[in-house]
Amino acid sequence: MNTVINYLRSLFLFELLRGLSLTARYMWRKPFTLEYPEEKAPVSPRFRGLHALRRYPNGEERCIACKLCEAVCPALAITIEAEPRDDGSRRTTRYDIDLFKCIYCGFCEESCPVDAIVETRVYEYHFEQRGEQIMTKQKLLEIGDQYEQQIAADRQAQAAVR
Amino acid sequence: MEYLQTFWAELPVVVQILLKIAAIMLPLMLTVAYYTYAERKVIGHMQSRMGPNRVGFFGFRLLGLGQPIADAVKLMFKEIVIPSGANKLLFLLAPLLSIGPALAAWAVFPFDAGLVLADINAGLLYILALTSLGVYGVIIAGWASNSKYALLGAMRSAAQIVAYEIAMGFALVGVLVAAGSLNLGEIVTAQQGSILSWYWLPLLPLFVIYFISGVAETNRAPFDVAEGESEIVAGFHVEYSGMTFAVFFLAEYANMILISALTALMFLGGWLSPFQGTFLESWFAWVPGIFWFLLKTGFFMFCFLWFRATFPRYRYDQIMRLGWKVFIPITIVWIVLVAYLKVS
Repeated sequence: MNTVINYLRSLFLFELLRGLSLTARYMWRKPFTLEYPEEKAPVSPRFRGLHALRRYPNGEERCIACKLCEAVCPALAITIEAEPRDDGSRRTTRYDIDLFKCIYCGFCEESCPVDAIVETRVYEYHFEQRGEQIMTKQKLLEIGDQYEQQIAADRQAQAAVR
Repeated sequence: MEYLQTFWAELPVVVQILLKIAAIMLPLMLTVAYYTYAERKVIGHMQSRMGPNRVGFFGFRLLGLGQPIADAVKLMFKEIVIPSGANKLLFLLAPLLSIGPALAAWAVFPFDAGLVLADINAGLLYILALTSLGVYGVIIAGWASNSKYALLGAMRSAAQIVAYEIAMGFALVGVLVAAGSLNLGEIVTAQQGSILSWYWLPLLPLFVIYFISGVAETNRAPFDVAEGESEIVAGFHVEYSGMTFAVFFLAEYANMILISALTALMFLGGWLSPFQGTFLESWFAWVPGIFWFLLKTGFFMFCFLWFRATFPRYRYDQIMRLGWKVFIPITIVWIVLVAYLKVS
């Protein structure tokens, strides 16, 4: 009896008609599409985008050249050289991140004892020339200065769980 | 008006025919272009996406209505690559062989009572012959490309079309037994009466089988194994680019429109009003017949897209099983039944 019913169901294309009715219903739903350049998806405060080097409020750079980020970087994207500065404090003379190597894992940010290297929410950037992908200390500090408010707010929002 | 009529009558017959052909071809080509747009839109919305909505005219987006034109321009300016091992003559001939029959079949189409380019008495036979000629384009394209994927796609397509041609032919035999004529116009007039006397109801199994075979014949999803992109790249037209590819594309869509129009003509009463025989008939008497015809054709054209958005591709042996072991027996039984009812 079951085989007969199954045979009739397949002969009258029962399942196929059900499939068709499903797609017909979905056609009237609102599309989920986000029209990207005009509309943007919400970004989490934990978002790991473009890197930045931060400064203290008095303008002194935070990085103390401990090289923990360089050591933890799984892609070996960070290169640091350091020397004592004239006032005797230990600072970097070179801090390069190769963004082609970087896998945006966020370990550098995690390992940083002074919250100097951070990953910002910025995800819209591009390079037009070879070599531009190397983020030098200069460039990283500029990004840090530009987005300091956002960066500080994001760290604040995550402070309880970090 | 009178001036136009005398002017028309004074034109040489060849010019008259060419003008008539243009009057069919230009709207058809436009329909094909916007059919591709409709396909992307409809399938997009069925998958909760938006489909093309950026390319418009004069800086306005207009729901992406400029997309087909942008696509056409892109294809026209692309390079036509001819593979070094290909048979150049056949390689370039194949797209023409594929689009020729798809367009020529429209010659015998009655769009309205008497509105037909060539009113020949064996119109159905002519259409059957031309729709099966289309497969030569596919086979030759597959062979001339000198590529294994193209050849595999062509062979799949050939086997599939042979299988479904028979079911399709039998379904049409049922129609012409019921109508008693091979002339498409007479087939439509034979369906006169009401919406219930159109052949979709008395010949319901043949109607379903005809349309499904039509989907298979045009190599559309879920029967698109001939180009099955996940198995054999793009099938018979892998090696084609630019305008040669565009011609195959046009042929495929023109064939889809043709099958839709044929189904509307033979099973849904062509240009006949759906309100015939009811009290609404006189209310809708002012609507021209061609409007009903286009409406019915449009419905089947939508079905092609609907199927593509809904069904996954058939496995190859299942396609063969469906064609040979399901469709052909059912059509034969129904033909015998129709013939018996017709005689008794």
